[in-house]
Amino acid sequence: MTALLEITGLTAGYGAAPVLHDVDLSVGEGQIVAVLGANGAGKTTLLRAISNTLPVTAGSTRFDGIDLKSVKVERMVRHGIAHVPEGRGVVTELTVDENLRLGGLWRKPKPSLDEVYELFPALANRRGHLGHQLSGGERQMLAIGRALVATPRLLLLDEPSLGLAPKITAQIMGLLRDLRDRTGLSVLLVEQNVRSALSIADEGVVLNLGRVAARQKAGTLADDADLRHAYLGF
Amino acid sequence: MDRFLYLTFDGLSRGAVYAAFALALVLIWRAARIVNFAQGAMAVATAYAGYSVTNATGSYWLGFAVAIIGGLVIGAVVERVVMRFVDHSSPLNGVVVALGLVLIIQGVLGMIYGNNFRPAEAPFSRDAFQVGGVALLSRYDLFVFAAVGAVVVTLTLLFTRTSTGLRMRAAAFAPDVSRLLGVPVGGMLTLGWALAAAVGSLAGMLVIPTELGLHPNAMDLLFISAFTAAVLGGLDSPVGAVVGGLVVGLLLAYVSGYLGATVAPMAVLILLVVVLLGRPDGLFSRAKARTA
Amino acid sequence: MTTLAQRATKTTNPPKLAKSKIVPLVVTIISATAIVALTYVLPPFRNYQLATIGAYLCVTAGLTVLTGLNGQLSLGHGALMATGAYTLALWQEKFNLLLPGIVVAIAVTTLAGAVIGLAAARLRGPYLAGLTLAVAVVVPSITSTFDETFNSDQGLSVALDPPPGVIPVEQWQAWTCWAAALLTVLLLAYVIRGRFGRDMRAVRDDETAAKLAGVSVARTQVLAFVISSACAGLAGALFAVLAQSVSPGAFPLTLSLFLVMAIVIGGLGRLSGALIGAFLLVALPSAAQSIAEDAGSQHLEGNLALTVFGVVLVLVMLAAPGGLASLRIPRMNRKQTRINRKQKGQE
Repeated sequence: MTALLEITGLTAGYGAAPVLHDVDLSVGEGQIVAVLGANGAGKTTLLRAISNTLPVTAGSTRFDGIDLKSVKVERMVRHGIAHVPEGRGVVTELTVDENLRLGGLWRKPKPSLDEVYELFPALANRRGHLGHQLSGGERQMLAIGRALVATPRLLLLDEPSLGLAPKITAQIMGLLRDLRDRTGLSVLLVEQNVRSALSIADEGVVLNLGRVAARQKAGTLADDADLRHAYLGF
Repeated sequence: MDRFLYLTFDGLSRGAVYAAFALALVLIWRAARIVNFAQGAMAVATAYAGYSVTNATGSYWLGFAVAIIGGLVIGAVVERVVMRFVDHSSPLNGVVVALGLVLIIQGVLGMIYGNNFRPAEAPFSRDAFQVGGVALLSRYDLFVFAAVGAVVVTLTLLFTRTSTGLRMRAAAFAPDVSRLLGVPVGGMLTLGWALAAAVGSLAGMLVIPTELGLHPNAMDLLFISAFTAAVLGGLDSPVGAVVGGLVVGLLLAYVSGYLGATVAPMAVLILLVVVLLGRPDGLFSRAKARTA
Repeated sequence: MTTLAQRATKTTNPPKLAKSKIVPLVVTIISATAIVALTYVLPPFRNYQLATIGAYLCVTAGLTVLTGLNGQLSLGHGALMATGAYTLALWQEKFNLLLPGIVVAIAVTTLAGAVIGLAAARLRGPYLAGLTLAVAVVVPSITSTFDETFNSDQGLSVALDPPPGVIPVEQWQAWTCWAAALLTVLLLAYVIRGRFGRDMRAVRDDETAAKLAGVSVARTQVLAFVISSACAGLAGALFAVLAQSVSPGAFPLTLSLFLVMAIVIGGLGRLSGALIGAFLLVALPSAAQSIAEDAGSQHLEGNLALTVFGVVLVLVMLAAPGGLASLRIPRMNRKQTRINRKQKGQE
C-alpha cells in the first residue's frame, strides 16, 4: 500500500541554515504517526514544510501521489490536508460558530456543522461566544473541529496537549483514535507529551537536530528505554 | 435657535460624508494595518472620471456610477501593483509609498485636467426645506443621508452575514491561520482595498458639490477631517468611524457658522491634537494605539 | 528589517574617517571655496538655482536628521518653512534688517516646532504622520483667517536692500543661501556625531532599550523636532529672500511631500543624501519645465514634476532600500527579505 503522505529527503528551514535535513517519513491511510523530539528538533518546522508555510529547499512531499511543492498554502485544504498550527490558531475575534464555518468555506456546497457539534458538545453550548472567551481545552477542540469540518484525509496537528490538563489531553487523544478507527482519518501528530502520543499512534518518528533519529512502531518506541533517554528525556 | 438647528442638520449632513470616508480608512486599517494616506487622492481621481462621464453624457448618475466603479478598480490596482510589495513591518513605509501615490495622482490629474477649479453640479437641489418655518435640510442632504446609510447597512450585512465577509474578517484578523483554512488572503486584501476605495469615492462624490469645485487638491481637507474622525472613533472601529464622522461634521458646522468658515480647518487640527493627546486609542477602540 | 529602517541604519556606524571631528570642518571649507568659485562662473539663472539648492539643503538636512536618525516622519515641514518665510516678510516690513530678521524667523519657527514637537512627542507611525499632515493642510488657511496681517492669498512682498558692492543679485543670493546651508550642515554634522546623535538613533531603533539606557525619549523626540524646525525656519526665510515675496500658494501640501520624497530618495539620515535631495528638488522641476515648454502645454508645468517625483519615490521605496546614495544591496539581503516574506506567507 503506497502511503498517503510520502516525504523523501526533506530539507527545509528559515534563511541560510536549514532546520530539517534529509527527512524521510510516511503516513499511511488511517494511520496515526507521532513526531517526537526535544524542543528545537524541527517538529513544527516539519509540519510547516508539508503545508508549504515555509520554503522547502530540497526533497519532496507527495500526497496521494501529488507533489505538494507547487501547491499554494491556501489550496492545501482542497487536497485534503488540514494543518492545525502551533498555538491552535483560533481566531479570537470571531465566534465559535464563525470559526467552524471558516473551516468549510472553500467547499461547495458548504458542509454542515452538525457533525462537528455532535463531536464536541461543549462547543455546541458556546456557539455564539468569541474565541477569546474559550478555555485552552475548548480552543483545542475548536481548532480540531474547525479542521474536521471539511472532512480532511490528513490532519497535521502541532502539539495539541500544550497547556492542557491531562484529562483534556486524554479526551483529545481518545477522540483522534476514534476518528481514525471510524473514518480512516490519518494524523501526523507532533507532540511533546510522548506517552499520550504513543498511546494512540501506530508509528513514532523521533527527530533530533532536524534529522530522523528513529522510526519505529509505537509500541517498540515506548518500550525502548535507551532511545527514550537519548532523545526524549525520560 | 433656528440657526443652531440649521447648523446641526448641516453638520450631520457633512458628518455623514466624513463618516463614510472615515469608514474607508478604517476598512483598510483593519485589513492591512495601514492608514491609506492616498485615499483622498484616489477619491479625487475617480471623481474626475465620474464628472468627465457626466459632462460627456449629461447624466449625473452615470458619472456617479463610474466614480464608484472607478473606486473599486483603483483600490484593487493600488493594492495589487503597489501596496503588496511594500514591507509593512514598519508602518512608515506604507505612509511614504501612499504619499508617492498622492504625488502621482495629483500630478497626472493636473496634467490631464489642469489646476483650475471645475464646477461640479449636485444632482439634487441644495436649497433647504422649510420645516415649521425653519430652513433645515435640503433634498441633497437627504440624498447624502440615504447614500451613506445604504453604505453602512450594506457593509454591515456584508461583513456579518456573508461568507465573503467572514473570509475578509478572518484574513484581516489572522492571515496565517486563514490561509491554512483555505481562505485566499491575498484576494481578500485586494477586495478590502477595492471596497474601501469605492466607499471613499462615494464620499468624494458626495462632498464635491458642496465645495468650491473639482480640483486635484480638493480632498486634502476631507482626508484630514476623516482621519480625525477615524482617530476619534478608534482606527479599528467602524462604529467609531461613523460616530467620529458625525462629531467632526457637527464641530465644523458650528465653527463655520459661529466663527467663520476660514477657522474651520484649524478647529479640525485642534480636535485632532486634543484626541491624540488625550485618548489616542479613540473612543471605541479595543486595541492600543501606537504611542510611547 | 523594515525598508525605512534599513535605509536609515546605514548611518548607525559612520565610517572611521567621518568620526573625526576635523573632517566636517574641512569639507565645509572646501565646499565653501568651491561654491564661491562656482558662482563666478555660472550665469545668473544658474546662480539663482544654486541658491535655491542651498536653501533647500537647510531644510532637507534638518528633516533627514529628524526622519532618518530619529525616526519621526513629518509631513508638515512645508508649513514650518511658511512660518519662517512669513515671519521674515513681516519683520522686513517693519525693520528691513535682514540678518536679525532671519534670526527672528528661525526663533519663531523653532517655537512653532516646539509646540508641534510637544504634541507629537508621544505619537508614532501613522498618528504622527497624520498630525503633521494636518498641520501642512491647515496652516496655509491661517493666512485667510487673519487676512489683515497676512493678506490672504495674495501674500506679502519682502522688502530687501540691494546687495552690497557690485555683486550681481543672484550671486549674492547663492552666497547667502550657501553660507546658511553650510553652517547648518556643519552644526548638524557635529550633532550627529555627538551624544545627542546617539540618543536619537537609540530611540529610533529601540525605544524600550533606549529608556533603559537612561535616554529621555520624550526630550529626545521634542529636541529633534525643534532642531529640524529651526532648519525649516531658516530655509523658509531664505525662500522669502529668493522669491522676494511670500504667499500661501508657495507653501502647499505638495511642498511638504516633496521634502519627504527628497530625503527618502537621497538617502535617509545622511547629510549627503540631504544634498542629493536638495539638488533633485531643483533639478527635476526645472527639467520638467523645459519638457513642458517644449511640449507647449501649460498643464504639464509643475504637474509633470509632481508625477515624476511620485513615481521615483514609489519605485525607490519598493526596490532600493537605502536611496540613491547607497544603491548597493548585497544579494544576500535581498534573498533574506524574500525568504522572510515567504515565511509570513506573503508570497
